[in-house]
Amino acid sequence: MNANAQGATCKVFIGMGTCGLATGAAEVKTAVEKWAAARGEKVDITATGCIGYCKAEPIMDVVTETGQRVSYGNVTPEVAGFILDEVLVRKNYKLDGLLGQFKNGKAPLAGIPLIDEHPYFRKQVKYVLRNCGVIDPESIADYRAQGGFKGFERAIAMTQAEVIKEITASGLRGRGGSGFLTGKKWELALQSKNDKKYVLCNADEGDPGAFMDRSILEGDTYAVLEGMMIAGYAIGANEGIIYCRAEYPLAIERIKKAIELLKNEGLLEHPVGPHAFSFTLRVKMGAGAFVCGEETALMASVEGRRGMPRPRPPFPSVEGLFQKPSIVNNVETLANVSHIMGEGAESFSAMGTQNSKGTKVFALTGKVANAGLVEVPMGMTLREVVFDIGGGIPGGKAFKAVQIGGPSGGCIPSEHLDIKIDYESLKTVGAMMGSGGLVVMDEDTCMVDMARYFTAFITSESCGKCIPCREGTQRLYEILDSIVSPYAKMADEEENLLRFNRVLNMEGLAQVIKDTSLCGLGQSAPNPVLSTLRFFRKEYESHIYDRKCPAHQCKGLLTYAIDTNACTGCTLCAKKCPTQAIVGEKKKAHYIVDEKCIRCGTCHDVCRFSAVTVN
Amino acid sequence: MEATKEARPIGDLISKYPKTRENLISILQEVQAEYGYLSRESITTISTYLNLPSSKIFGVATFYNQFKLKAPGRIQIAICRGTACHVKGSLNLLDACRQSLGIEVGETSRDGLFSLETVACLGCCSIAPAMMVNGKFFGRLDKKRVESLVETWRAAGRMTE
Repeated sequence: MNANAQGATCKVFIGMGTCGLATGAAEVKTAVEKWAAARGEKVDITATGCIGYCKAEPIMDVVTETGQRVSYGNVTPEVAGFILDEVLVRKNYKLDGLLGQFKNGKAPLAGIPLIDEHPYFRKQVKYVLRNCGVIDPESIADYRAQGGFKGFERAIAMTQAEVIKEITASGLRGRGGSGFLTGKKWELALQSKNDKKYVLCNADEGDPGAFMDRSILEGDTYAVLEGMMIAGYAIGANEGIIYCRAEYPLAIERIKKAIELLKNEGLLEHPVGPHAFSFTLRVKMGAGAFVCGEETALMASVEGRRGMPRPRPPFPSVEGLFQKPSIVNNVETLANVSHIMGEGAESFSAMGTQNSKGTKVFALTGKVANAGLVEVPMGMTLREVVFDIGGGIPGGKAFKAVQIGGPSGGCIPSEHLDIKIDYESLKTVGAMMGSGGLVVMDEDTCMVDMARYFTAFITSESCGKCIPCREGTQRLYEILDSIVSPYAKMADEEENLLRFNRVLNMEGLAQVIKDTSLCGLGQSAPNPVLSTLRFFRKEYESHIYDRKCPAHQCKGLLTYAIDTNACTGCTLCAKKCPTQAIVGEKKKAHYIVDEKCIRCGTCHDVCRFSAVTVN
Repeated sequence: MEATKEARPIGDLISKYPKTRENLISILQEVQAEYGYLSRESITTISTYLNLPSSKIFGVATFYNQFKLKAPGRIQIAICRGTACHVKGSLNLLDACRQSLGIEVGETSRDGLFSLETVACLGCCSIAPAMMVNGKFFGRLDKKRVESLVETWRAAGRMTE
């Protein structure tokens, strides 16, 4: 190892975002340190954010003697030392878990694929996520080396109107869900004359199934803060607040550190020149309320009140936080702003479709082989994302649907897989972009159960201010719950009839909630129900008429039985049954007493002869 | 979060905040981080400090999921109920916890060791199903693993890994 003999250290990158840490990245780091200590060497470990290929976490990159950066996935503490030995001592790079080498200006190693050519990354376009998993998110120098703060420097050399013009020209639309033109929003705020204005960064990523904002904040903190500084300059604000949810402790810690460093380096003050600028930044921790992702609710929460939305107008750009003009932008939007200002609007607007420019980051999760964070140009088809990038459904199961947009979005079935992902196309099938959660579902997922799940979520997250949302979603949930509950629970015949009546009115109720709710949360709350009703009506019907759940997920509708031919009478199921619902003599076939059965599935799990059948 | 160190008096915690309503949520968060929950006494103290009716503070504390008004267990298990976790069977994890702990969601075991709660989404959907225990994330779980973790911690009387 010549490089080390000369006193230089070996360099290792470890992905230490939340997903990396949860799968043991910290232990890998300890193992690398031990490896170095045993050899009396100094190792330079850089903790990066998440590169997005979460399936392969923990990921470790080793910089070779000749300067190439080679990435390995699924690294355990046990193999970390082995990889370092092989790469640095024996110069053998083809190891298990090899993901590829980075393009970093050095001549690539022969025979080692580029990481951009990896099937998971090949079709992706990294615009916002370019730095995530690549640089040290806590280092200003690293960020600068990647072209950071160019956008801000370019912005303050322009007038405010010119900056807004550039953002408008790029066609950037809000990535938080609604897709409002960012430039337009800023222009309105610029026009509002006031001595005090605010820039708010919405990092209250409450959508279950979404983690794009967390990854960006953890992996490329400065890009978001730079975006806020540009926004602050453009609208004439002198204070920026990042409203981040408390469930993201690592992101909050990194933002706080980054703000300190920015202050120390004096980057927040530009007192000289014709465009003087002074800005303060701070973090406000959310306290766990989904509705606070709505901009007026978010502002109420920052003011220390219950996070309840209010009717608009007045829009926040006129009267926002503390009655001052404010803009609220999503994390991904602000990260985009930094890059747009740095590289010009053209490179951004060259990507995407006519009305949806640029790229979009998605959290691809659920029943998909390669779960993780993906960034694709707008207009890519859903099929490409799920099958080409995501690698399809594991275990040879059949694809059923993709849930897009979280509790406000809808399910897209297989016949619409070739739909282009952009703001308008998704609306035609009753879904919406949302913030970017993509949950893949296979044949084992029950769509009625999904609708019930989302409605339950909305019911508990509704702030309670307006009646359609507070009461309507509650009724909607009761109807869905009655569909998946057994008849035996119903007390009398009349109750059954009433239930049927309610089921008939479900669609109408959903429409009323949609039309009359106060804020976006309520207006989009029935979407999961309406879209599953539209595409999976048959599944609802078999729940309602046949009392069967085709996917075997709704416990109330399952019946467990023992195949008397296959049962050997080993008594294991009877011993494990929590309600003693299984009877039978030793070495003779057993039976399940249906009235006692609570459908826990324990007997099915423990039977070694596959004698327990579920229907 | 080991409850071994002495909790600082509430006055010391909140005195650094300016007396405006804007700081209410931050104050509540800091008090809860120190004591584990918001007691009736702490709410009264904060009320006096901010000159804000305690009903208003109670309103805020009950609105947000984060705030607890009862003392939690020493090991706080939070099962993620996000979409990805739901699709991958987080209800089974919840059932496993309920059965092996003998408590329902929102309750604390009688010995004060465990408390069980659900969280809307932890944001680590790629390693679903997941749970968070005293701030530490666990991913790619199944029923068996959860049960064995609970057993280990119960035997040790604290969180061990």
